[in-house]
Amino acid sequence: MELNCKHVWAHISEYLDQSVAPELREEIERHLEHCEICSAILDSTRNILVLTADDRTFELPVGYSKRLHERLARELESEEGAPRKS
Amino acid sequence: MGANTLTMERNEAELITRILAGQKELFHDLIQPYERMVYMTAFAIVKNEADAEDCAQGAVVNAYRNLGKFRGHAKFSTWLVTIAVNEARQKLRKTRRASEESLDEVVEGEEKPVSPAPLTDWREIPLEALERKELREALRSAITELPDIYRQIFTLRDIEELNVAETAAALGINENMVKVRLHRARMMLQRSLAPYLKTTAPARKGFWGRMPWN
Repeated sequence: MELNCKHVWAHISEYLDQSVAPELREEIERHLEHCEICSAILDSTRNILVLTADDRTFELPVGYSKRLHERLARELESEEGAPRKS
Repeated sequence: MGANTLTMERNEAELITRILAGQKELFHDLIQPYERMVYMTAFAIVKNEADAEDCAQGAVVNAYRNLGKFRGHAKFSTWLVTIAVNEARQKLRKTRRASEESLDEVVEGEEKPVSPAPLTDWREIPLEALERKELREALRSAITELPDIYRQIFTLRDIEELNVAETAAALGINENMVKVRLHRARMMLQRSLAPYLKTTAPARKGFWGRMPWN
């Protein structure tokens, strides 16, 4: 079966996650070899994911970690909330 | 990677045992690797920094109080993220007050495929483009503007890099739905960012070699 572009688009996400079946993967790759549009879509989506996973894209509020541990320290000092085995 | 993960889990199990045995200060160490994850998870749901921080603190305190209920069959990180999701949903319910509004809202046309934007001049998308601040900002706002159900899944899968099963467990939906919504979210982002990926500054020599993923 020869895949058309729309078929490929439907599987881009799974393809990037490497969770498509081997036969389908081969077919997609054969299609990508000659289809610049799908290659570009794949590359741009992959680039977006690379950028998304970069910690600089979403920065934590300044002082977040410090405040978090201070809050936790207060909790640890108060005995009532101590975890118990259940 | 596999061996590292294993070591980490083993250390966590030991940390948890020691915390429950009374060395409660160790809880600081236990949660330290997940600070960012807890915040981002909450942020994906409440969509503002102050509330996200509140929820993150609440989640960490709750995790401490309920640590005795944690069972080793789930990963500690997944368990913690689930607590953060619940904390954030509660916060959202309070702020929205419209309690009738379902958090798992049905999005119209969910069964229709989202087509990506065709980029014909793909060879001109240099990795350099990814370094541009402008693109980062565009990505941030595109993610923030995704419909809630897509943003939440995208955050857990692609920002926090949880796997499909963990994402499904944290959000209380099935794995297939995670995959379908993730695909849609990614295609929506590809569409909204296509213009930025297309028009790029001329490549500078020597830049590629500096990219961290080269």
